[in-house]
Amino acid sequence: MATLTEAPPPLSPTAPEKKPPRGRGRLVPYWLLLPGILWLLVFFALPMIYQASTSVQTGSLEEGYKVTWHFATYWDALSEYYPQFLRSVLYAGSATILCLILGYPLAYLIAFRAGRWRNLIMILVIAPFFTSFLIRTLAWKTILADGGPVVGALNTLHVLDVTSWLGMTSGDRVLATPLAVVCGLTYNFLPFMVLPLYTSLERIDGRLHEAAGDLYAKPITTFRKVTFPLSMPGVVSGTLLTFIPAAGDYVNADLLGSTDTRMVGNVIQTQFLRILDYPTAAALSFILMAAILVMVTLYIRRSGTEDLV
Amino acid sequence: MTFVNWLKRNLVVIAGLLTLAYLLLPNVVVTVFSFNQPKGRFNYEWQEFSTAAWQDPCGVSDLCGSLSLSLQIAFWATVGATLLGTMIAFALVRYRFRARGAVNSLIFLPMAMPEVVMAASLLTLFLNMGAQLGFWTILIAHIMFCLSFVVTAVKARVMSMDPRLEQAAQDLYAGPFQTFVRVTLPIAAPGIAAGAMLAFALSFDDFIITNFNAGSTVTFPMFVWGSAQRGTPVQINVIGTAMFVVAVLFVLASMVIGNRRNKQKA
Amino acid sequence: MTNETSGDVRLSGISKIYGSFTAVHPLDLTVPQGSFFALLGASGCGKTTTLRMIAGLEEPSSGTVHLGEQDVTALPPYKRPVNTVFQSYALFPHLDIFENVAFGLRRRGIKSVKKQVDDMLDLVQLGEQARKKPHQLSGGQQQRVAVARALINHPKVLLLDEPLGALDLKLRRQMQLELKRIQTEVGITFVHVTHDQEEAMTMADTVAVMNAGRVEQLGSPTDLYENPRTTFVANFLGTSNLIEAEVDSRSGDDIVLKAGGGKLVLPEARCSAATATGGKVLVGVRPEKISLTPADDAGEIPEGRNRITGRIADSSFIGVSTQYVVDSPVCPEFEVYAQNIDRDARLVPGAEVVLHWNPAHTFGLDSSQDIDAGTEEEAAV
Repeated sequence: MATLTEAPPPLSPTAPEKKPPRGRGRLVPYWLLLPGILWLLVFFALPMIYQASTSVQTGSLEEGYKVTWHFATYWDALSEYYPQFLRSVLYAGSATILCLILGYPLAYLIAFRAGRWRNLIMILVIAPFFTSFLIRTLAWKTILADGGPVVGALNTLHVLDVTSWLGMTSGDRVLATPLAVVCGLTYNFLPFMVLPLYTSLERIDGRLHEAAGDLYAKPITTFRKVTFPLSMPGVVSGTLLTFIPAAGDYVNADLLGSTDTRMVGNVIQTQFLRILDYPTAAALSFILMAAILVMVTLYIRRSGTEDLV
Repeated sequence: MTFVNWLKRNLVVIAGLLTLAYLLLPNVVVTVFSFNQPKGRFNYEWQEFSTAAWQDPCGVSDLCGSLSLSLQIAFWATVGATLLGTMIAFALVRYRFRARGAVNSLIFLPMAMPEVVMAASLLTLFLNMGAQLGFWTILIAHIMFCLSFVVTAVKARVMSMDPRLEQAAQDLYAGPFQTFVRVTLPIAAPGIAAGAMLAFALSFDDFIITNFNAGSTVTFPMFVWGSAQRGTPVQINVIGTAMFVVAVLFVLASMVIGNRRNKQKA
Repeated sequence: MTNETSGDVRLSGISKIYGSFTAVHPLDLTVPQGSFFALLGASGCGKTTTLRMIAGLEEPSSGTVHLGEQDVTALPPYKRPVNTVFQSYALFPHLDIFENVAFGLRRRGIKSVKKQVDDMLDLVQLGEQARKKPHQLSGGQQQRVAVARALINHPKVLLLDEPLGALDLKLRRQMQLELKRIQTEVGITFVHVTHDQEEAMTMADTVAVMNAGRVEQLGSPTDLYENPRTTFVANFLGTSNLIEAEVDSRSGDDIVLKAGGGKLVLPEARCSAATATGGKVLVGVRPEKISLTPADDAGEIPEGRNRITGRIADSSFIGVSTQYVVDSPVCPEFEVYAQNIDRDARLVPGAEVVLHWNPAHTFGLDSSQDIDAGTEEEAAV
């Protein structure tokens, strides 16, 4: 989870590690790969194909579905649910940016400033995972409760006026507004930002900071010109690990939001599990997958980190 | 002036600690509210102190059943994903073979896919095959999405391993099997353990994929989800708190033991 | 396991080819039982590949490896009576020192290893450290563990792959002597791979200088140093001043050469090139064999010495000696090392000097070779 990006394997001419095994045993890698890859092919790749086929079927639950190459389902799904798509991108994008802003100082703190507290802070970042995320998300209902201390404070500081004007909240409420959903998403995926950031920051040689200082860089310049560029692999995998699950999430929107904050995940879930309109659900899911893959590919190209996995 | 300077120097520390507080706040709330005695069905507002839920953690029907089911699934998913994932990781690092790029993509894609997409497509497959949704379909799904994470964790460890260590073992009369058992496996063990722990945590806490593929079977996260609609018993908080405390204590204890062992040897 | 008569390592026509790259050209080499043998060369010259083929960690593309009478070419490493001290040691990080050393014995099914391991740890002076993990030891101690771990198996041959590369200079010197002591004590054949010519010369009885997958020259350290047969050996082992000269005439056992107007004498026995009159020859002389005399005192130089005139371009004082770079018509950067016994105050940069040496210290090489082969400038490219 912490390492989506990895350094290329070290090459040393004196120790060629990929020595083909003697005589027999050339099939060893294939035997090692077989069960796991088969598992992924049958339960990951094959379902994608089934889903693609379902999305162009027509029919009904009673009479059964047939492939009729009915691509109109895609058009109908998009034209009906484009607000949910846009919302997903918007919420997930905001949550990702917030995670980066909030997570970077924490990762930096653990990597460079924590000293002997480092392990303890690491434990505290990871330990919440062991309390089911649903329970923790429900706790936000208490924290953001109407008339509670948090909402009261935000009100007094006139933060809510600003967020209301931005359309993020309505009136004196935070719960059941976009702000609550974004807040929940940020909270839930923050560790997925902090851990890869920490991993890449930790690899930075502390002497580089001293060298930059020695070469007349102010702390802020050191950060901009040395630390941040070197932490780019962490930033890239952190944003991906945050954005992708956030875009498909429906738990936060369901527990902390309202019908006005439904994201595409909510729609897919409802279509699939309640309305049982499989073609529409499959089409929506397919669009989401395609959109994410396109965005991820473009993003990786632009950030120049192509050595993923 | 000195205060401003101090603030400047420690700004990043303060910001980091605030983020940490944000991360931990819900756990504090969960813990506090495990001692609540709510009026009505929902446990969202503080009423009065009570240890009733702690004395009777299984007092809600189906709660402990779902918990034990989740632990079983997480256990078997960990075993399955760790075994398959470790094999793939070794193949990827140690051997050259055709279709390497395709294998890498197949490992990467599940991590780059929103859960809801995997959940929905897997359900399509199960419906098409006419599979009975329940324990086995959940287990299949969990092994599937944990696999890639195990591969990544183990691969990192095996890749950083000096190939000369295995050559040294061979040089010292260890055959291929002995080399694997005596040298390769012990050195790769931390990576495998990290992968297994990750798989366990991911599986135990998974909701979205389980929700699609569980049928009428109820895991612990699904129980919590259901109770969010019908009414949240305090026992949920008790279990959440207990797991948090157990996890922290477990890690702290292993750290203390590790430290002491190092000190004794040094 | 050592058998008195069957410890020779014999490589016959052994080669290694990776795709289109030939790491080792077909090579014949015999390492006699009980000798300390060094394979010396720059990185990438094929010395480590050769060693790994003896160990069985690399399969030769052609040829055979014999240990005594036994053909081991087809044997995997764990069936060869050969052990290796790896570069950067490859100590098992999850096992303590005792278990590292006992590893080979245990794999061969030996049950009671305690006494042997304790004795071996005493031999390398690590008895106190038996229960520590490798990372708790210093570099020099780790090195000794690696040696102990290999030696305890009484191999027919001990292979050492740059065993001292990771140590600092002082410790390296100390370990060189230590390894030499151990080798004399146990009498096992050592094959030692190194890029450090000083190390090879200090330790080995016989040195094979390798370059680009071939053995350039094989011999005792003195022989290699005094009588290099190629420019690579002349430049790689120490420093040589090489001058292009033309064969002028013969007088007895000596060849008289013309170089930049002057005459130089070269004993014919010390010339590895064909010497037809009018042909070209590279004349070499080691820097420490040369004396410097200020041009004013040229008359005091005894007759019969080879002479070259020049001007001191640079001098650096390094304690035991002073190193001069002399600019001369026949060679732009003539190096001279002078012992600091009686320093002549006139020998400063800019001074006109005469370089002279005993003709017996001159050697001759085939002039068709690259004059810079094996120098540091070339290695840097």
